Formats: sequence, C-alpha cells, structure tokens
Amino acid sequence: MTDRLATTLDVNGRSYSVTVEPRKSLADALREDCGLTGTHLGCEHGVCGACTVIVDGKPVRSCLMFAVQAEGLAVRTVEGLAEGDELHPLQRHFWEQHGLQCGFCTPGFLMLVAGAFEADPTIDDAAMMEVLSSNLCRCTGYQNIAKAVSLALKDMRAGR
Amino acid sequence: MHSIGRPLKRLEDRPLLTGAGRFAADIAFPGQVTMRVVRSPVAFGRLLAIDASAALACPGVLAVWTAADVADLPPIDFRMTKIDGLEPYRQPVLARDFVRYVGEPVAVVFAADPYAAEDAADLVFCEIDDLSPCLDPLAEPGEFAPGASTLRTEPAVLRKGYGDLDAAFAQAHAVVELAVSIGRHSGIPLETRGAVAILGDDDVLTLHGAAKVVHYNRDAIARMLGRDPAKLQLSECHVGGGFGIRGEIYPEDVLACAAALRLRRPVRWIEDRREHQIAANHSRDQSHRLRAAVDGRGFILGLDVCFFTDQGAYIRTHGATVSDLAAALLPGPYIVPAYRVEGHIRLTNKTPSGTYRAPGRYETTFARERLIDAIAHRLGLDPVAVRRVNLIPETAMPFDRGIDALGTHVVYDSGKYHDLLERALGHLGYPALKDEIAARRATGEAVGLGLAFFVEKSGLGPRDLARVSVAGDGAVRIVTGACSIGQGVETAMAQICAETLRVPIDRMTVVHGQTREIPIGFGAYASRVTVMTGSAVKLATEDLLGQASRIAGRLLQADPAVLAYRDGAFLHPDTGASVDLATIASQSAEGLTGEGLFETSHMNYPYGVHVAQVRIDRETCGVSVERYLVAYDIGRAINPMLVEGQIVGAAVQGIGGALLEEFVYDPDGQPLATSFADYLMPTSREAPPVDVLLREDAPSPLNPLGVKGAGEGGLTAVGAAIASAVDDALGRPGLVSRLPITPDFLHGALAAPAGR
Repeated sequence: MTDRLATTLDVNGRSYSVTVEPRKSLADALREDCGLTGTHLGCEHGVCGACTVIVDGKPVRSCLMFAVQAEGLAVRTVEGLAEGDELHPLQRHFWEQHGLQCGFCTPGFLMLVAGAFEADPTIDDAAMMEVLSSNLCRCTGYQNIAKAVSLALKDMRAGR
Repeated sequence: MHSIGRPLKRLEDRPLLTGAGRFAADIAFPGQVTMRVVRSPVAFGRLLAIDASAALACPGVLAVWTAADVADLPPIDFRMTKIDGLEPYRQPVLARDFVRYVGEPVAVVFAADPYAAEDAADLVFCEIDDLSPCLDPLAEPGEFAPGASTLRTEPAVLRKGYGDLDAAFAQAHAVVELAVSIGRHSGIPLETRGAVAILGDDDVLTLHGAAKVVHYNRDAIARMLGRDPAKLQLSECHVGGGFGIRGEIYPEDVLACAAALRLRRPVRWIEDRREHQIAANHSRDQSHRLRAAVDGRGFILGLDVCFFTDQGAYIRTHGATVSDLAAALLPGPYIVPAYRVEGHIRLTNKTPSGTYRAPGRYETTFARERLIDAIAHRLGLDPVAVRRVNLIPETAMPFDRGIDALGTHVVYDSGKYHDLLERALGHLGYPALKDEIAARRATGEAVGLGLAFFVEKSGLGPRDLARVSVAGDGAVRIVTGACSIGQGVETAMAQICAETLRVPIDRMTVVHGQTREIPIGFGAYASRVTVMTGSAVKLATEDLLGQASRIAGRLLQADPAVLAYRDGAFLHPDTGASVDLATIASQSAEGLTGEGLFETSHMNYPYGVHVAQVRIDRETCGVSVERYLVAYDIGRAINPMLVEGQIVGAAVQGIGGALLEEFVYDPDGQPLATSFADYLMPTSREAPPVDVLLREDAPSPLNPLGVKGAGEGGLTAVGAAIASAVDDALGRPGLVSRLPITPDFLHGALAAPAGR
C-alpha cells in the first residue's frame, strides 16, 4: 500500500504535482498535499457532505474519491469560489442570511449548490432544496441556508 | 446609533466562507507525529495483555503506549458537580485492568503519518477475558470491577426536595402516575475532536484544538502532567460545533500533551467519525417515574420523582451535573408546593456520558410536560388550562425554588409566564388552528398539535474578565476569557462594546479561547457567554471610556464632565473642538485599556413555549413536523438574528432527539450507531419551518445588560411538544412514553390495544 504514485491535480485552475499513495483520498490530498484545508472532513463515509468539491462541473464527495482518480479532471474547492475579494453570490448570501454558525459544513454546502447549479443551470428552487438535503449541518437547522441559497440562485441565474 | 438589538452581520464569517478557517485538523507542524488510539473491541472484560510487537515493526512507527507507559498519569478529574463517592469511577487515560466500553482507549500508536498510524493500530492485539456487560441502567447495580473491588455500578444517589409531600398526597383529589424515558443521544458536532500539542523552544507546551473551558483545562492538564500551569497554554482554533460535548478533557487531550513532552515532537491527533460516536460523551438516557398529587383543577399539590441516569462506563468531567440539573429543574415553570426527587446515577458498559445542550432540561421537560398532559387527560381538562393553573405568576417573581443546582441557589430571577403563554397562543391563532387540525383529522389525516412550557437556566458564574483597548489607529481589541463554539461570540461581544463606545463593530477584533492572553476565563457552556463575558465587556468598555474622558478633558482643557461623547469622539460643548479615541490612545503613554470583572452567584432563568404540529403516515409510522413555534423570552437580545439562529438550530437538533437519534447497542454491548448512516440526524428534509416569537418582556435584574442565554431554549421542550402532538394526531393520550419516537416504536405502540 505504500508505493507512491506521482500525479498531477488541477485545482482551482492551478496545477499541483503530488506524490501520493494510491489509497489516499482526494480530500486528504487536497488538504495535506495541496494545502487547501477549506475542504473539511466530517465523516469520511460520504454521508455528511462537508468535503464536497466540484469535479468536472459536478458536486462530488472528495472523501469517497481517490486522489489518483482526479488526474486530468478539473477540481474546484471553496478556495476557488470567490474572485479575489469579490465573494461569490452564495458566499455573500450565506453571510447576509446568517446561513452559518460554526462554519464547518459551510464549504461543503457552498460547493454542493455551486456544483449543482453548474451541472444544471436551469435547476429550480424546489429541486435545489432536494439537493440541499444531501449535506448535514448541525448548527443552523437549515432555515437560513435555504433562504441564502434561494436568494443566491436568483443572482446566479441573472449572472450576477 | 445603537448596536445592541440590531441584526448585524457576523464578524467571524469571511474566513469561514472562503475556506480560510483554521480548525484543529488544519493545524500542522513540521516534524509532527500522528497519534492513533487503539480502542477496546468489547464492552466489558479483563485486560490481560497487549501485544504491540507487530505494530512496532511497521515502517514509520515511533512508539506504542499502554497503561503501563502512562502509569504516572492520574485519572481525569471532575470539572463540575463533584460529589462524594464518585472518585473511584473516574476514567484512566488508557484502560487499566479492565475495559468497560467499546471504544475505550487501551493503547496509542505514534507514527509518521495518519495512514501508517492507522495501519499499525490495527495490528495491536488486546488479549481480553470477556465479562458479561451491564447494559440496563434499571437493573440491580452490579460489580464495577469483579474480583478486584466491592464497588457497585451505582456511584451515587442524589436527593433533593422541599415542602410537605405527605400532606400533599393526603389531600389529593387524584394521584397521577407516569413512567417515561429518553433515549441516548448527543451533540454530534460536524467537526470531530482534535488535539495538536507542540513544545516550544521556551519550554511552553501549547495544546491547539482546545475549546469550551480552556483556562480550567490548562490547570487540570498541568496538574495531571505535574507541570507548572505557566508552561502550558491552551489555544482554541475555529471550532466546528460544541453542544456540550466538545472541550471537556478527554484521554486523547492528555495523551497528546504527554507525548509532545516525551517524544519532543509535535503530536497531532484527529478523531475519525466512528471514534467520535463511541468515544466522545454521550448524553440524555434517563428513565423517570413520576407521581403527582393533584386537586380538582389539575393543580399539582405535590410531586414525587425517581429517575435513573445511564452514565455509561465511567464518571467523566461533568461528575453528577446532568442528574443534579435534572433533579433541581424538573419542576420547571410550575408552582409545585411540595417536591421530592431521587436521582440514581447508574453505570453501564456504554460510552461515558456528559452534558448535551439543555442537559437535564430536555429530559425533565419531556417528563414533566408528559405529566401535565396526563393530568389533563385524567381529569378531563384542557392541557393548556392545566398549565395556566400551575404556572408561577408574575407577582411571585423572583421565585425561590428552595433547591440548589450546580451549587447555586435556584431563584427564578424574572418571568411573565402567563403572558408569554397567551402571546404564543395568540401568535398561532390557536383556537382556529385547533379547529383546522380537527377538520383535517376528520378527513382521516393523522395530524396533531402539542404544546410544552419550559424554564431554562443561563449565565452561570462565578465571574468573567474582559479587557478592551483602543490602538492609535482606532482599532479596538476586546480580549475575553470566553470561548467560541460557533455561536457568534465575536459579533455579540463587539456589539456590546460598540453600544457604549459608539464605533462600528468592523473596527473590532475579539480574542477568545487563548489562555496566554488573559488570566481569568470560564469559557463557553451553560449559555453563559453573553451574560457573563458580555457583562464584563460592558464594564471594561465603560472603564475605558472613563479613562478616555479624563485624557480628553486634559487635551480639550475642560472638565471631563461637560464633554459630550458622540461616535467615538469627545466634543467640547463651547469651543466645538473634538478629540477621537484614536488620538486619545496615541496621546496616552500607557495606552488606552479598560478592564471589567463581572461576578455573580446566581444563574438567571429564561423561559419559553414550544408548539409542534405533526403529521403521521399511518403506513410507515413516520412522523413529519409540519410547523414549529418557539416563543422565548430572552430578557434582551444583543443580536436578534443570531438569537433566532441559535433557537432554530436548537429546535431542529431537538427534533433529531425526538424522532431520529439514538445510540443503540446490541445485547453484547456493541454500539450500532457508529456512522451517520446509523445515527440519523435531521437533514433539510426533516427540518420544518421554525417560527420564533422572541420577547424581551422580562429582562434579568442580575446583570447590567438584562440579558439571558440563547443557546439552549430552542431545544429544551422539543421532545415534550412533539410527543404531545403525536398523541393528539393519533387520538391516543399518553401513547408516547419514550424518545425518540421511531417508526418502529410507533408501529409497536399502535399495534397494542388502546388504553394500555
């Protein structure tokens, strides 16, 4: 298990050359080898969704994918969501609607919604609310997350 | 411009939104060693031997420790509610002679990286002579250490009471009896625990990943290590949820510190999810038997209670806290002129317990409110009317309960209970809502309403210190002894400071959870931060402003008393000259720092009403919560948006405990809820719209802000309200006698003949 493989990860438009064991999860590689600790691990069972990242335009549980499987694919993490100081509409509305408390699940929710929107830009609010139920939050009771997502979707559809 | 009372955006959010948060698992040091815990695979047994030779032979493994290697470390002591007889039941940092629950640490492996450490830990072999586990807290107490001591598995029985119970029962119109139980659940923060210890060149050991009560923990860990507390510092990172369980001292924290000292390398331990489910504190799990003597109106003349708390395998840092709170606060909002309670603390071969948000109140509110419903049913009265008859009137405030909790005398400081009840009913349009529900039921739908009243407690002392300073550039720094568990401490403290200082909160930074920054701190638990630390911040800001006005008087050549203060600057009323705080700070040789110490010997008591509307699918026996109301009097809301966030989040957490969450064990004591696939928490699909009726009708007279705590009241009565609504939906009063109300339980209960 300890034979390491050299691979290249394309994350947030930047190329990372890493040498990892084949069994290393994408989440661990992002956090340890790329230094991108915004992707969090809440369960490593694929249930909580805190580790959600976008892989080739779709939301993916990075705890359930091996780093070596991501070679050649475009990975986006929460660190790549804002454009410089300009927050993504999701980030802005999460802030304004108090859609986070401890903030641990937040990157996963942001990437889940951003990824679901990228995968289907015509997705309506009801379908997005179904998508939201795939991640866990223990602080907010989801009410303000739902409000923030609904407002952000309006902006995202308008291309703001 | 006032700052208190405004729904300001949080100071803490930007890093959390951009992936720049620093949680315990994000802390890494060059040369660090990973610690991995080897845990008992069986519930109870004699630990005969541990063979670590295969693990030690693995590449990258530095050391493996067992109890023999840490024989110098004492068991973990009680932080709270120490009572006689508990000491022998404290948990050692590594199992000695016996293993007592699945998940108990028996050895630790130190290796170069997490994957290697986990591989090696799998190769540590424990030779254990299995014993028959005790899993039923209601069974006769057994032996704690068979053949080794005479200790029994009932470490203590708490007894409290007041009034003439015999007289109450002698004059009773009726006696109503009830037995109820609450399942085993816990806080389950999304971030697991973590401890990263590093020894600096200055011989100061720093533990990162600390939380909740860093000052107490520094002193307690230093005592265990035989180390000068000045040579140990605890540092809080971002914290991914607290809920009572996080931040207590656990074996892993002590082991990481000891290892950093001995191995002379940074030591990093990050818990995985399965470990968290079996190693971090469990909670709840009480069984209550209640007997009430009532008059013809349903007024409780006397209440006699016996309850059992399943404390798990050891008594951890909370000592008797949960049982103590349950015993003292069970009577809640009602007069109850005579009361007697006996609380049995029982040990079983399960993960040890501690507190979980609203400890002792979630359980007893369920028990008490079920009793009120039972009284109403027995006497043929309206359950809301029975509550009105029993509620403590406003004229009786402050109300001395004649009982102690957490070493403080229970005196309800303020409250308008009847008023809040009527406001909650009015808010819902209760009579019309009841008719609407009845009409739906008439068409065959299983829908129902349930209501529960509760009293919370908050603002536990004894004291808190805060320092506020202004720098030459006008930046404000607030140093506190509080901790942040995600609840918005920074924003709340900044708003309190800004109310007095009249400067925007975005010029403020708030320090918390850092023992090296401030000598006194009592941390974040018992809904105490806004009350205690907030009051200290207010005093510190006033102290700062007093100093600033004296300097301003000198600079403006005027009596400080005549200066006007506006938006961060002092103004001379005659000349119109002004000087702002930044200038004053830069003109002052010793800087500009105010200090505030707030002390109290009493808790305060917020209160509220929960109303649940549920629908039951008769086929699947699944319960859906259609809507939920929390009416809550907080005294004064510093930031209503954050308060509502606390309440809504807590309500949904409570719904988890009422309907979904339970640590289930098989007959051998193997835990069955060790992942999120088995321990079910609410997702957005299970979360109903939660309506919050936030009131400020009864400010606390016990602190200069008038505030009461916000952290727990959203959760306290959820089990009670939902149970009542399920009864109502099915037309079966008293059907729900336990939580969680799982489909399995409901199916069994519905299959049984009515009236049983």
